[in-house]
Amino acid sequence: MISGAEIMVKCLEAEGVKVVFGYPGATICPFYDKLYDSDIKHVLVRQEQNAAHAASGYSRCSGLPGVCVATSGPGATNLITGIATAYADSVPMIAITGQVRSDLLGRDVFQEADITGACEPFVKHSYLVGKTEDLPRIFKEAFHIASTGRKGPVLIDIPMDIQQQEIERFEYPDSVNIIGYKPNTRGHAVQVRRAVEAIKKSRRPLIVSGGGVLSSGVKLKFQAFADKTRIPVISTMMGIGVMPSDHEMYLGMLGTHGKPVANRALHDADLVIVCGARLGDRAVAAPDQMSENTTVIHIDIDPAEIGKNVKTEIPIVGDMKNVLNMMIEEIGDYVVPNQWQETVKGWKKSFFRTPPKFDGFVEPRALVARLSSMLRSKAILVADVGQNQIWCANNFMIRDGRFLTTGGMGTMGYSIPASVGVKFARPNRDVVVVCGDGSFQMSMNELATIVGNKLAIKIIIMRNHRLGMVRELQDMHYDKRHSGTILEGDPDFQKLAEAYGIDHAEANSNEEAEEIIKDMVKSDKPFILVCNVYPDTPSI
Amino acid sequence: MQYTLSVLVENHAGVLSKISGLFSRRGFNIDSLAVGVTNNPDVSRITIVANGDEYVVEQLEKQLNKVIPVIKVKRLAEGEFISRELILIKVHCAASKRAEIIKTAEIMQAKIVDVAPSCVTVEYCECTNRVNTLIDLLRPYGIREIVRTGTIAIDRGASALSV
Repeated sequence: MISGAEIMVKCLEAEGVKVVFGYPGATICPFYDKLYDSDIKHVLVRQEQNAAHAASGYSRCSGLPGVCVATSGPGATNLITGIATAYADSVPMIAITGQVRSDLLGRDVFQEADITGACEPFVKHSYLVGKTEDLPRIFKEAFHIASTGRKGPVLIDIPMDIQQQEIERFEYPDSVNIIGYKPNTRGHAVQVRRAVEAIKKSRRPLIVSGGGVLSSGVKLKFQAFADKTRIPVISTMMGIGVMPSDHEMYLGMLGTHGKPVANRALHDADLVIVCGARLGDRAVAAPDQMSENTTVIHIDIDPAEIGKNVKTEIPIVGDMKNVLNMMIEEIGDYVVPNQWQETVKGWKKSFFRTPPKFDGFVEPRALVARLSSMLRSKAILVADVGQNQIWCANNFMIRDGRFLTTGGMGTMGYSIPASVGVKFARPNRDVVVVCGDGSFQMSMNELATIVGNKLAIKIIIMRNHRLGMVRELQDMHYDKRHSGTILEGDPDFQKLAEAYGIDHAEANSNEEAEEIIKDMVKSDKPFILVCNVYPDTPSI
Repeated sequence: MQYTLSVLVENHAGVLSKISGLFSRRGFNIDSLAVGVTNNPDVSRITIVANGDEYVVEQLEKQLNKVIPVIKVKRLAEGEFISRELILIKVHCAASKRAEIIKTAEIMQAKIVDVAPSCVTVEYCECTNRVNTLIDLLRPYGIREIVRTGTIAIDRGASALSV
């Protein structure tokens, strides 16, 4: 005989899960008891939301679905923001929650919450398990759904009695058959041909790279395509890292907080190839950002994204990997008109600005721009949300590594827990967090997780004693009335680091910060560097 | 623009809430929704009548297709399907007016299914327009209660929507 809890562990093992991030409680105890005997590593976070963010970071850097676990009621509801973040960012994730006994469901007993109901709008799919016998099929389906098509989180809610009940035997299915779920990954040949014809006819084509290029795992091929055709590339926030930042034809991030040169190119292009992006309002805010006559080719695995935010002439539904292969074959020796190449390069030079310096402070944009050169080439930068996110998005010079942030949901407090997951996925890479003093305090409880697991994560806090981005909005649109945006009562971060036993330092100039960073990256221990930033430093 | 969608879904608990939630969440207006099991007991068919422009219908179809237990979505072509809804109308009816009401029902091919000293209940199964006509005809007598199902619809001709 085998219990539901043991089946759960065996399902995870069958899926090759090496690490889960979680926080136990009464209704998930049967699972935790069986997990104790397994080789799967459990990482105890300090709040459930961070288990989901850690799973997200793990997933984005390992290519496997991240797994997070919480108990029923408040444990499960705490997961919600993390699940919603993964959904908005299209990150594959399995969220497992304990639930009260089946016979008590719906009676509002202690720690009962309708988590499948609550998560409905931000999961790709969810299950409330009714029979122990169903567990293997459900786990198999959940991993399949999470990691295919447009990736996303799947929730499995498992009542305690289902975990405890014993059944005859365990058998993990080899395949799934979900009649209503057959994502189209192939890409339509006729559409690809139409797209290539349109590209060849256009005079000023432009590529917008989105997160879909990264989740399809086709970065290098994409770079080769851009290299060969010389089509200029701009990216969404989720697509940063698709191109090396210093690539001649790469112009940076588009949008309200993007690079002026990227927006200029978008405005002037006569054809735009959108690759795995939803083009949310932060990317294309005003309708006049693109010309009326621009031909839009939109490649996405999710048909619902095509035509949702931007009018599309040539839709191509499919996995980037397949569509790109077809395009490369179809496009042959095509190279972009020379004049457009030169125009773009000219803009790149004329739009370049060096940020002004303020004595006695660190200039965050200049520091982030230098950061990459002090790290190994495959370094992973995890940015939080706020001004720090924009500073990093526009200035971090990415090489072969990754830039992670929550571009879709924009969840403050993401960076530290996500970096925990990243470090488990890529223990040998440099992992650096850049956050603000606001976002740091949203998840600084996870310093314990970092210390407890001996993770060499380097945290750079850009301290301005403000919620800088909101304050900037208030400066522009609310008559400089700084309602609720001044951080008062902050702890001494040096003492805080001390309390956790984390090495630390503080910098008041870029020279000082760079010296510290050079030493910091040599150590195999975590580090906190507090950079004092001039409070009115703008985002862009 | 009004449009009618036929949606085949897996016959599981919770599927209906996934679909109805989608409408309110994305700000789509829904006129009626009817659901029932098909000849395949594992599959239910939902008929949705909704309002919106071309953009809304297209988005709606795509979003419905994303729901995992949704098997198939079809927009029924205007004028090429038969639609019906069922209505029960309880009408105030003094003895002196009874013959008149019965006559009206007869003309419309509706059925009187219950009679009481002060009222009658009329049953009618027709397309939405005819149902509304009957309501208009009976309104002057004083309608006490109306119960109507959502619209169900099926394509004309031999084609059949199946899994």
